[in-house]
Amino acid sequence: MPSTLPPGDPAPPDGRLPSSALGGLGDRPFGIYVHVPFCAARCGYCDFNTYTPGELGSSASPESWLEGLRQELDLAVRVLGTPPPADTVFVGGGTPSLLGVNGLTAVLDTIRSTFGLASGAEVTTESNPESTSAEFFVGIRAAGYNRVSLGMQSAAPHVLRVLDRKHTPGRAVAAVREARAAGFGHVNLDLIYGTPGETENDLRASLDAVLSAGVDHVSAYALIVEEGTALARRVSRGELPAPDDDLLADRYELIDDTLGAAGLAWYEVSNWAASPAARCRHNLGYWLGGDWWGAGPGAHSHVGGVRWWNVKHPARYAALLADGVSPAAGRETLTDAERHEERVLLELRLVEGLPLSVLDDAGATEAELAARDGLLDPTAMAVGRCVLTRPGRLLADSLVRRLVP
Amino acid sequence: MSTFADSTFTPPERIRNFCIIAHIDHGKSTLADRMLQLTGVVEERTMRDQYLDRMDIERERGITIKAQNVRLPWRLDGTDHVLHLIDTPGHVDFTYEVSRSLAACEGAILLVDAAQGIEAQTLANLYLAMENDLTIVPVLNKIDLPAADPDKYAAELAHIIGCEPEDVLRVSAKTGAGVRELLDEVVRQVPAPRGADDAPARAMIFDSVYDTYRGVITYVRVMDGRITPRERIRMMSTGATHELLEVGIISPDPKPCRGLGVGEVGYLITGVKDVRQSRVGDTVTSERKGATEPLGGYRDPKPMVYAGLYPLDGSDYPELREALDKLQLNDAALTYEPETSAALGFGFRCGFLGLLHLEITRDRLEREFGLDLISTAPNVVYRVVMEDDTEHVVTNPSDWPKGKIAEVHEPVVKTTIIAPSDFVGAIMELCQSRRGQLGGMDYLSEDRVELRYTLPLAEIVYDFFDTLKSRTRGYASLDYEEAGSQTADLVKVDILLQGEPVDAFSAIVHKDAAYGYGTKMASKLRELIPRQQFEVPIQAAVGSRIIARETIRALRKDVLAKCYGGDISRKRKLLEKQKEGKKRMKMVGRVEVPQEAFVAALATDESGEKKPRK
Repeated sequence: MPSTLPPGDPAPPDGRLPSSALGGLGDRPFGIYVHVPFCAARCGYCDFNTYTPGELGSSASPESWLEGLRQELDLAVRVLGTPPPADTVFVGGGTPSLLGVNGLTAVLDTIRSTFGLASGAEVTTESNPESTSAEFFVGIRAAGYNRVSLGMQSAAPHVLRVLDRKHTPGRAVAAVREARAAGFGHVNLDLIYGTPGETENDLRASLDAVLSAGVDHVSAYALIVEEGTALARRVSRGELPAPDDDLLADRYELIDDTLGAAGLAWYEVSNWAASPAARCRHNLGYWLGGDWWGAGPGAHSHVGGVRWWNVKHPARYAALLADGVSPAAGRETLTDAERHEERVLLELRLVEGLPLSVLDDAGATEAELAARDGLLDPTAMAVGRCVLTRPGRLLADSLVRRLVP
Repeated sequence: MSTFADSTFTPPERIRNFCIIAHIDHGKSTLADRMLQLTGVVEERTMRDQYLDRMDIERERGITIKAQNVRLPWRLDGTDHVLHLIDTPGHVDFTYEVSRSLAACEGAILLVDAAQGIEAQTLANLYLAMENDLTIVPVLNKIDLPAADPDKYAAELAHIIGCEPEDVLRVSAKTGAGVRELLDEVVRQVPAPRGADDAPARAMIFDSVYDTYRGVITYVRVMDGRITPRERIRMMSTGATHELLEVGIISPDPKPCRGLGVGEVGYLITGVKDVRQSRVGDTVTSERKGATEPLGGYRDPKPMVYAGLYPLDGSDYPELREALDKLQLNDAALTYEPETSAALGFGFRCGFLGLLHLEITRDRLEREFGLDLISTAPNVVYRVVMEDDTEHVVTNPSDWPKGKIAEVHEPVVKTTIIAPSDFVGAIMELCQSRRGQLGGMDYLSEDRVELRYTLPLAEIVYDFFDTLKSRTRGYASLDYEEAGSQTADLVKVDILLQGEPVDAFSAIVHKDAAYGYGTKMASKLRELIPRQQFEVPIQAAVGSRIIARETIRALRKDVLAKCYGGDISRKRKLLEKQKEGKKRMKMVGRVEVPQEAFVAALATDESGEKKPRK
C-alpha cells in the first residue's frame, strides 16, 4: 500500500500559484522531478507510490501516464509563466527503467520541449539493476541522461530475498560497469542496511561490492519498517525482528568508516560522494529550499514556499489532466515559522550545516549544549555554523526538536 | 400499607437497635435486603439488590463505605416492635465510624460466611462491639452453599464469643431461609434502649452525608430527651447552632416525622452544606435548655496517611481543586492543601484515614470527575526531633529537615491477621521484613490462626496488603488500629536524575531498607525513562551519600534516513508531532521524562499497572 498524502488545503483546478511564490523563480536552482509509478512487482518494504501491472489492470498504462506527463508539464509552463530551464532532472519511481530507452527518451524530450534544459544540467534516472542492460545505458546516455542511480540494496542474497528484490547480487555491480562504459560520469548505488537477518559481514560484503563497482556516489538508508507494508506485517507477526536502533548506529558507523576510507565523504546524513562535483544536485535542491516541479502521480512540488502534491493513482492522474484540470490533490503555503522549521530540519542534514544565526535564542542555547553533548562540531560552532558530528548525524531528528523549540 | 413503625415516639421497650458485623462479601447487604422485604418496607418488585449500598464504588468493591440506616416494623408474639438496622461501614480505615455506629446500637448480628469463617476485620469489629457491651447474635450465612461447613464455623464462633455452637443461627440471606427466625431472635436477645425521656435532648451523630438537594443529612440516635422539628439545635463539639428544618426516618426512603424520642434513630436536616459542620461522634442537643455534658467518645477525624495528588494534565488543576471541594462536602476525614512538585507540577497534599480511603478518593476523582491523576507514594505522619530540640511534623518527604536529627517518631499500628495455619510461616516472614513485632498468636480452630503484630504504619500503607494477599493465595484478612508511635532509624532517600533530585520519588524509609528502595527505584526508572541524547545517571542518595546508581545509556540513532522523494511536508509534520509529544514530557533538568514513567514508577505493584478494581 503506498503511503498516504499529507492533509493540506485544496489546490485550485488550474494549479495557479500565488504571485508571492513566483517571485524570484529562476534565481534559485530549478529542478524537475518525474515520478514513474510502475514496478514489475511490489517489494515488501516499499511504501512509495507505485503499482504493478496486476494492480493497474487496464485503468492506466505507461502510454496514458506519458500522455498525462506531457499535459502536466504544459500546465506547469502555464502556471509558472516564464519557466526557467531545468538545472536538474530526476526521474524516479517506481522503476523508471521499466519505461525502456524509448520511454525515458520521450520523458526527456518532453522536458526539453517545455522547460528546456540549462547548460550543464544534471539529468538522473533511477534504475533497477534487473531491468537494465549495456544497450539500455547506451540508449539513455544518448538521449541525454548523464547520471544513473541504481537500487542495489545489498550484496547478500538472503537480504535481497527479505527485501523482495529480484536481482542477483552481481547484477548491480555489472550494471554500474555497463553504465560507466556507456559514458556515465556519475553513478550512484543505493544501499539498505539493517534488514532483518543482515549480518555485519553481509554489510561489509555489500560495501566491498559497491567500492569495487567504481561509483562516485552512494546513498545508504537504514531500513524503515513503514506502516502498511508487507514487511511491517511480518514484523508485527513476529516472523522478522524489528531493526534495532543501536545496531543501526553501529552499521552506519561501519558504512561511514568504509566509504570514508575509500574517498567517499558524507555530504548529507545518508549520502556520500567522491567529490563535491559528484553530489546529487537535484537532491541538494530539496535540502536547500530550491524550487522544483514534481510531475507524475503522487509527486511533490515546491515553488517559493508553496508545497503541493499530486493525486496518487495513475488513472485518476491521467483523467484529471485529460480534462485540463491540475492533478494536485492538496497544497500548503508555508508560514514563516514552518519555513524556519524546514530550513533547520533540512540544512542541518548537510555537511555545510546551518548558520547559527538562523536559530532563535532558545535554539542557539540548545545548539551550544548540543556541541557540549558532542552532537555538533565545536570548531564549526566557533565560526557560526551548526555542523553535525557523526553521533549528531545519527541523532539529527531529536536534535532538530531541540533547535526549533 | 401503614405499619407500627410509621410513626415515631415509640416506647423504648418496643425498640431494638442493631447492626450487622460482617466481612466484605459475607452477605451483609443481601441479608439487609432480605430484612427489608420480610418486614414489608420494600415490596418484592421494587427490590433492588443490595438496596442499602447506594454508591457505585461500594457496589463494585462489594464494601459499604457510608452507613445507611433503616426503620423496620416487626411483630413477635403479638407485640409490634420497631427495629433500627444500622448499617456499618466495613473497612479498616473507617474504624472510628464503625465505633460510632456501634455506639448507636444495643446489639449486633455477627454474620459469618459458613464456607469461609470469620475474617480479621470482622473479628476486630466484633471486639469493638463487645467493648461497647453490645449483645452479639452469632449467625452463619450462606448455609445453602455446597462448600458450607456450618458445624466447623459454628464451633469457631462459639469459641470466639463464648457461647454454645447450638446458639449460632444458620441462615441463607440469598434464599431467605432462617431470616424470620433471626429477626425474632433480635427482638428476644437485643436489649431495649434506655434513656431519660424528660432529660435535655442528647443525640449522637453516627453518620453525616451530603446531598445535592438537601444539604447535609445527619443520622442520629437519640439517647435522652426528644428532638423535634422547628427547634434550634446545637452541635456540642463546636457550639454551632442550626435551625432544624426537618426530622425524619428512613423506611427505606426518607420520610419526615414529628420528632425522635429516646432510643430512636432518624435523620436531621439543618441546611448546612458541609459535613464537617455535622461531625460523626458529635452530640446534638437543643439550643434552649440543652444538655451541658456531651455524650462520650467524640474525636476529630485525623488523617493517618498523606499523598500528593497531581493532575496528569497540568491544566486540569482547577478541576481537581473543585472536585476535592465537592468530595470534602461528604467526607469530613479528607484534608487537602495545595502543593507544588518540581517534577509533577501543581497538585494537592491530601490526608486520608488510610490506604483504602486514599484509593476510594482517587477512584472517585477519576471516575466521577473524569480526572487523570498521578498519586505520589503514600506517607505517614512523622515527628522529627532535632538535636537542637526543635521539632518538625513531616507528612511529605520534601519537608524532611536538613541538619542533625536526634530522633524520629513514626506511627505504629496493632494488626490482626487471620489466615489458614499453612501460611503462618509466610506471614511471619512478611511481618518481620516489615519490622513487625509479634504480639501473640491464637488458633481460632484447628486450621485457622489469628496473628497479632505491631507494625509501623508506614510499612502497611505501601503494598503490605497486596503482598499479604499474594503470599497467602488471597486467604489472609487484615485489620489494624492505631497504637501510638515509636522511635525508629529512618532516613530520606532521594532519587537523582543527572544529579537533579526528583522530589516525587523521594521516600522516607528505614535505614536498612534504604538500599533496597534506592536500587529498586533506580532500576525501575532505567526501564521507564526513554534514552536521551546524552547519558543519564540515576542515583539514589541518603543525604550526600550515593547508595545506588544506574545509567540510562545515551540514545544513538533516531534519524530517519530518507526524505520520501521530496515529501518535506511529511517530514515537517512528523517533527511537529514529535514536538507535541515533547510538550507532554516533564523536564527534570534536561531529562525528558514521560508522564507514564511517573505513574508507573509510583505504582505499588510489580506490573506498574494500576491496581485492578477489587
